Amino acid sequence: MTAPLLEARGLTMRFGGVTALDALDLTVQEHEILGLIGPNGSGKTTFFNVVTGLYAASGGQVLLDGAEITRQPPQAVYRAGVTRTFQRSRLSLPLTVFDNVALGQTQHMNPGLVFNLLQRRALRRQVDETVAQVHALLQTFSAGMAAKLWQPAGSLSMIDRRRVEVCRALVSNPRLVLLDEPSAGMTHDETRELMDDILLVRSRLSPFTIVIIEHEMGMIQRITQRCAVLNYGKKIAEGSFDDITRDPEVQLAYLGQDAVEGAGA
Amino acid sequence: MTPPVPDAVASRSRMTLGVAVAAAFAYLWALLHAESQWAVGGLLLLALLTMFGLRRLRWTDALGAAASASPAALGVGCALGVLALAAAFHEVHFALLLVCTVLLYAVVCLGLNIQFGYAGVVNFAGAAFFGVGSYTAATLATHTALPHALILLAGGAVAAAIGSLLIWPVLRTRGHYAALVTIAFGILFKSFLEVNDTLGGPQGLRIPAMNLFGWKLGDGFELAGIEVSFYANYVLLSLALCLAAFVFVRRVERSWIGLAMDMIRTDEVAAAVFGVGIARWKVLAFTFGNFLAGLAGAVYGMMTGYVAPNNFTFADSLILVSILILGGIGNPWGILPAATIVLILPEKFQFIQEYRFLLYALLVIFILLFRPEGLLPRTVREYFPGRAPKDAA
Repeated sequence: MTAPLLEARGLTMRFGGVTALDALDLTVQEHEILGLIGPNGSGKTTFFNVVTGLYAASGGQVLLDGAEITRQPPQAVYRAGVTRTFQRSRLSLPLTVFDNVALGQTQHMNPGLVFNLLQRRALRRQVDETVAQVHALLQTFSAGMAAKLWQPAGSLSMIDRRRVEVCRALVSNPRLVLLDEPSAGMTHDETRELMDDILLVRSRLSPFTIVIIEHEMGMIQRITQRCAVLNYGKKIAEGSFDDITRDPEVQLAYLGQDAVEGAGA
Repeated sequence: MTPPVPDAVASRSRMTLGVAVAAAFAYLWALLHAESQWAVGGLLLLALLTMFGLRRLRWTDALGAAASASPAALGVGCALGVLALAAAFHEVHFALLLVCTVLLYAVVCLGLNIQFGYAGVVNFAGAAFFGVGSYTAATLATHTALPHALILLAGGAVAAAIGSLLIWPVLRTRGHYAALVTIAFGILFKSFLEVNDTLGGPQGLRIPAMNLFGWKLGDGFELAGIEVSFYANYVLLSLALCLAAFVFVRRVERSWIGLAMDMIRTDEVAAAVFGVGIARWKVLAFTFGNFLAGLAGAVYGMMTGYVAPNNFTFADSLILVSILILGGIGNPWGILPAATIVLILPEKFQFIQEYRFLLYALLVIFILLFRPEGLLPRTVREYFPGRAPKDAA
């Protein structure tokens, strides 16, 4: 077995007296689609925030491709090839669709002052390249959205905004994409369409690794190869979707003591 | 379907802009010329009615479209307008001083625009950084033999350097607290000047007139037998500075720098997650803005011939911010009409003078309530405008 792409070793995150992640061990293999599930407040989003460097872990390690990225700033984690979406939309609504997606491509933008302020011709080439790239990616998701490249993100419908967020995470051709509940606020059909588009881009670009937090079990069942279940910051089960749904501890966490006992009776 | 010939469209929008700019500057001339309170009042009423009429006829939209189609033409038009004003008032010191003040305040506000409008770094000490520039110029011009061009740059550099010390507490604080840090600095600056005897205390310092590579800006001159006020020199210099600052701010906006700064302002978390170095760009925005303020301050000080702490109060900083809000935060074009309104109207309306700050307060409240995006709201970023988007087909 090859070394995992992402590995958490005894990862712990405490906020005052609350332990959001409790010595979590989790591995994600390269090219895999891993579902991360668990009840509300079980530490799934906290895991994403610790991996992407928004929170500094209280203990344990995060390794990306064998290299430690624990407590690295978010910018370094991004440059290492990890991108994400957010459960609650984090788009800059007054800015254009292009600006929002292009943000995902900052590693290819020359940040130099001379380049940006004086070498306008070279900047223009770089802008043109980025425009072509962003446009092509948007086109994969929806032609209507691609036509709105220069409109404020705030003028888009909710599903298009969600797509823009996904495009922003994909445009840099990352190694690992963390999707935080892409179905939130969308209908069943819209979610299905969005996931199909993501898988289409994945089949065209490169088979990037995905960790997805999701409450919609149908989607988890359909797209993930493996699932990990968190509860109170601990991993309580791991395996295929069918395995974990049969796991009594998972049933207990999701349905509560009474329901499980009632079903058993 | 044949698209309209671009040349014809461009020349039509240039015509429209030419007429509009000419009308605006003719109005400005009349306003600066008006002596009686009735005349000023009548002109103000005329302006309000014209604005109302233009909006009613939807000509404001046409003007906006023309301006975005040929921004360079608008810039050239405004520059010519300023030159025409300077020619018309060639011997009227006070009118020329007002024109210079508007241009130099516009430079400061262009700097504040990078801070507030792009990176979202608040700065309620704009007048203090302006003052740093003035005092630097006063000290260097009196005690050293440095060429004055270098002294102007030094004014900007010292303001930027002091700003880069101040930015550290600003970076560590957020929202209201960052604002308080800059307010505290502004008040501290004035108090420091008042008690510091080497810098002249409350009386301030005198500054020798400017001499740029042999061009003595402090001397009036004769042009084809006509006496011209020395202020005309400063109008030229301030205009050049304002144009340069404008182009600079535009380029900042229309580049990856502008993208990074806008992202930091609108969502710091998302910006960080996608690799944008928050501190780097905030420090840079603060430095750029304070450099422009210091540079303008150095010119202003050398123009008026003396600096005193009373010119750089917290109230002056608020005037700068109110210009920014009135014009439309983020849009450099908005600064020009806003600076004109805020600086020239009270000078012409004598009875306003005492109630100046009351008027500013009302103006800001009114704008925030009824037109929070300002007179000329910011439009979305076009990196290279005037070019048909490739993907339009």
